Amino acid sequence: MASSEARAGVTKAGGSPAGPDDLAGVEAGLDALDAVEVRRTPLREVLLKKAVPPLVAVALVLAVWQLLVSARVTTEDKLPAPSAVWAGLSDMWLQGTLFDVIWTSVSRGLFGFLLALAIGTPLGLLVARVGFVRAAIGPILSGLQSLPSVAWVPPAVIWLGLNDSMMYAVILLGAVPSIANGLVSGVTQVPPLFLRAGRTLGATGLRGTWHIVMPAALPGYLGGLKQGWAFSWRSLMAAEIIASSPDLGLGLGQLLENGRNNIDMPGVFLAIVLILVVGIAVDLLVFSPLERRVLRSRGLLAGS
Amino acid sequence: MATTFAEAAEDTTVLSHAARIEHVSKSFRGPAGSQLVLDDISLDVAPGEFVTILGASGCGKSTLLNLVAGLDRPTTGSIETPGGRPALMFQEHALFPWLTAGRNIELALRLRGVPRAGRREEAERLLELVRLGGAHGKRVHELSGGMRQRVAMARALAQDSDLLLMDEPFAALDAITRDVLHDELTRIWRETNVSVLFVTHNVREAVRLAQRVVLLSSRPGRVAREWAVDIPQPRRIEDAAVADLSVEITERLRGEIRRHGQQ
Repeated sequence: MASSEARAGVTKAGGSPAGPDDLAGVEAGLDALDAVEVRRTPLREVLLKKAVPPLVAVALVLAVWQLLVSARVTTEDKLPAPSAVWAGLSDMWLQGTLFDVIWTSVSRGLFGFLLALAIGTPLGLLVARVGFVRAAIGPILSGLQSLPSVAWVPPAVIWLGLNDSMMYAVILLGAVPSIANGLVSGVTQVPPLFLRAGRTLGATGLRGTWHIVMPAALPGYLGGLKQGWAFSWRSLMAAEIIASSPDLGLGLGQLLENGRNNIDMPGVFLAIVLILVVGIAVDLLVFSPLERRVLRSRGLLAGS
Repeated sequence: MATTFAEAAEDTTVLSHAARIEHVSKSFRGPAGSQLVLDDISLDVAPGEFVTILGASGCGKSTLLNLVAGLDRPTTGSIETPGGRPALMFQEHALFPWLTAGRNIELALRLRGVPRAGRREEAERLLELVRLGGAHGKRVHELSGGMRQRVAMARALAQDSDLLLMDEPFAALDAITRDVLHDELTRIWRETNVSVLFVTHNVREAVRLAQRVVLLSSRPGRVAREWAVDIPQPRRIEDAAVADLSVEITERLRGEIRRHGQQ
């Protein structure tokens, strides 16, 4: 009975019992039911999950280190105590040289990285978008990544001498391929659907590159930048260790090399720890937040 | 291809058709030589008309839409879209995830040449049209499937084209949402007076929406038959008249498909 009445209603209203307002209501209901809830994890939870485990790991390493020293596994001049390395650090702090040394290397590394960015980005775009260029230098570019950048130090010294330009040359040769390759793989992974959608909207040629290809390739590009920084830093340390000269100013690489020359094991350990800490810190403070931000805004981050 | 956008601007006042497809064939080079996908298709879409193209797999429906959209060229024949570059909606929403819902629409406006000052307002208006008034700042992944397709519809409408091409836009949605979006599309079509060329393999959907249903045969795609649908809008997919015509069309569609089993 009820259903036949509804049926009659259907035919009377010309096929639809649902007026426009009713449709809006149904739609609002569907939207409310289907809406995807996006929750950000509270800071406390993030700290607990992300910060505590690495701190525990560091504490463990220190404990094992101290244990080995206490057990006298080897002599003090081969394995210095953590306290000796700490003393070296506080010495440098008190003399006021600590930040000078770090800044000498970090400023070189960052400037070299920015140069690599300025060269690697257009290069990567060219390789990704122009078939001939890709066929010509694509394989060389990805092959260059497996060449240890320390191999570039001897020729760079011969070409440019013992100076800052030599260091930048080594950084560039190490980092440019990473950055370019990151961009190339980012562009290769752009879903064809986005390109088609872009073309129907009128984004072709340079406008397509700017509005569609570049933003779509951003996650891959950021991955390349991250790796580019790691390569910059490694290349720079190789250059600083091999090509130390008093004219160059004291960086972390030279600090390490000086430690070796003076058979100062705590100094060597301190230099290694500082190199490691700076590399991690730049990644943690610059690249990881950037990457997380991009991925989160696209809903590509687990737990977002 | 005969589509010339410059020519189009001259005679926008009197348009006899939104799209004219004349003797269009398309072949692709496959592993077994050249393969004919579309064979001598002729089809006009009148201004403001809603046409669905129906067919089984291999009928080349998507290929045909790509040709009309100008994403590919026909092997022979010509396609005219006097109203300019058609807008195209896909089965996937194809919204850009690096932009918010509103910015996706604003990008379409920008690429169309709308000055910056008017974009935000126009995007809001289009979002209102698809009943997503408050969604300008929403990220794509924060929207449900149905909401994404509505934003995609708003973005397509932002192109202000006379012709909207739709490539199975609701195929990936659940039945309830699809039903609601049918109502929405009908409403928007009547409000905007845009011409729609809608591709689907769903007979009921074709009948529910269209003024004219064109059935394509498969391998190669040919126009097998056309039906004028004079059931008054608004229709429901459950309507008896929709069901009756669907049965008739399905019979014919099955006949077309059966031929392939006999070869």
